[in-house]
Amino acid sequence: MSIDRATTEKVATLARLRLQEDQKDAYTEKLNGIMNWIEQLQAVDTDGVEPLSKVHDIDTPVREDQITDGGIQDKVLSNAPETLEGFFGVPKIIE
Amino acid sequence: MNPLLTLSVSEALEGLKSKKFSSVELAQAFIDRMAETRHLNAYITETPELALEMAKASDARYQKGEALPLDGIPTGIKDLFCTDGVKTTAGSNILGNFIPPYESTVSQNLIDAGAVTLGKLNLDEFAMGSANTTSAYGNVINPWRATTDTPDTQRVPGGSSGGSAAAVAARSAMIATGTDTGGSIRQPASLCGITGIKPTYGRCSRWGIVAFASSLDQAGPFGQNVEDCARMLDVMSSYDPKDSTSAKIQKPDFLGSLNQSVKGLKVGVPKEYQMDGMPDEINNLWQQGIEWLKSEGAEIVDISLPHTKYALPSYYIIAPAEASSNLARYDGVRYGVRKEGTNLQDMYELTRAEGFGDEVKRRIMIGTYVLSAGYYDAYYVKAQKIRRLISNDFRDAYEKVDVILTPTAPSDAFEIGENEDDPVKMYLNDVFTVTVNLAGLPGISVPVGLSKRGLPLGLQLIGKPWDEATLLNTAQTLEKCANFTARSYSDLAKAA
Repeated sequence: MSIDRATTEKVATLARLRLQEDQKDAYTEKLNGIMNWIEQLQAVDTDGVEPLSKVHDIDTPVREDQITDGGIQDKVLSNAPETLEGFFGVPKIIE
Repeated sequence: MNPLLTLSVSEALEGLKSKKFSSVELAQAFIDRMAETRHLNAYITETPELALEMAKASDARYQKGEALPLDGIPTGIKDLFCTDGVKTTAGSNILGNFIPPYESTVSQNLIDAGAVTLGKLNLDEFAMGSANTTSAYGNVINPWRATTDTPDTQRVPGGSSGGSAAAVAARSAMIATGTDTGGSIRQPASLCGITGIKPTYGRCSRWGIVAFASSLDQAGPFGQNVEDCARMLDVMSSYDPKDSTSAKIQKPDFLGSLNQSVKGLKVGVPKEYQMDGMPDEINNLWQQGIEWLKSEGAEIVDISLPHTKYALPSYYIIAPAEASSNLARYDGVRYGVRKEGTNLQDMYELTRAEGFGDEVKRRIMIGTYVLSAGYYDAYYVKAQKIRRLISNDFRDAYEKVDVILTPTAPSDAFEIGENEDDPVKMYLNDVFTVTVNLAGLPGISVPVGLSKRGLPLGLQLIGKPWDEATLLNTAQTLEKCANFTARSYSDLAKAA
């Protein structure tokens, strides 16, 4: 599978990354190089192999369902680019 | 050169305890050294006032006879660990103004043990890189110079923890924290002639560390020797309810596990780590490592890890997939830099286009692609299956051996600008280290020799899950045999 310019544009939109027109060919070429190299994996026989997403068989600890944090609105908002009456500010999305 | 700078952690603790010097004097020596070595660009943010304040508190504890395990030790923190009230950039423009209102668990553990923090160390952007050339805050320069270099040749320190490794090598930090997702502690340790360990996945809490690939990321120490790393790992490790993958298991005493004989220890040598085109000097050093351990009574066992060659391409599916998800949080709304747009979608796209560098964007796009409809099974699930096969290779090997010995990296420190034309070329730096992350194992790099052109080379030991104790003790045996005393600066060599 090779990545063409249209695929690069689609993936960039999915990833919310604006690419300039003059960047698209360069990204396509580099992404293609990486994906072609990755293609060698298709040669590995993985029939019947269980995918691994967790490396150690350790149970995830559970805790009492109690509130242990909170009441720090000022800290939560301290790095926000825009705040409005104690909320995060974003551009208008409903006309 | 101030002789305090060459001390190991053990020597420094001894000197502080016996009042040969104070924590403030020690901190000042390292603050001066930070300023003196600023051309290496190892630090993004220096915090000398904070360091002196902490050193004063440390001196008060020594006065009262209440010294802590790392009391007064000048420590650098990779700028991927959130630090309360101190800017944390992850090497990215998108976090260029981010001041965390909380402290990461690992850096808090160090502070609680009396460590004096000097500042935040440079790194590849979001820890994505093997040469520290993707940082938005400039390249880090390796303090080591090759004998063949012209005066203006600058070499990479490795990556992604390049600032941490360069600082410890140049003695602008006595010890430093790193993180390792595919080799980001071990490869720079090798290229800078110091020791670095990536513990078992789950040994150190990931809470408060800017996330790259959550199933692979693990924090670990850099030090001038194995003992310094053991002391630091004793403090960094902890069970943390705030990280659901942090292991709730008994931690051995790492410092106390050192200075043991390796007689009868079974050391595996995997034939698949013999790569085509690997320089002879790396092969020879590997053979030398085998001979050293043999001479100390270890038994060498030939082993096979058949899926090794598929580890790196699998990693370059899994890590970008996790990164594309983790980095979705940088949207210009809650923290970080925002670039205004005409609507919300426009604001997201412009913010991320401006905030992220090229390598980070490429990895986000690879990750987005392999997770997208129609490709998920062919790439992501396939890579997870191969991850299982790689993990099984190690499981089978550890029925026959206690530790595994390999080279750390396929080359010594290369020039800044080399390997930049093709991303895959740069990725190959992690060919020997990445298997360890995929299997969640502990790994350590120990400096054992110099290349023909006078640059440091390390060997890697890989341990069983949770068995950092054996790993550290075996590494210390290699360290004793190698007797690696070369230092990056001639003035350091004279003082040592």
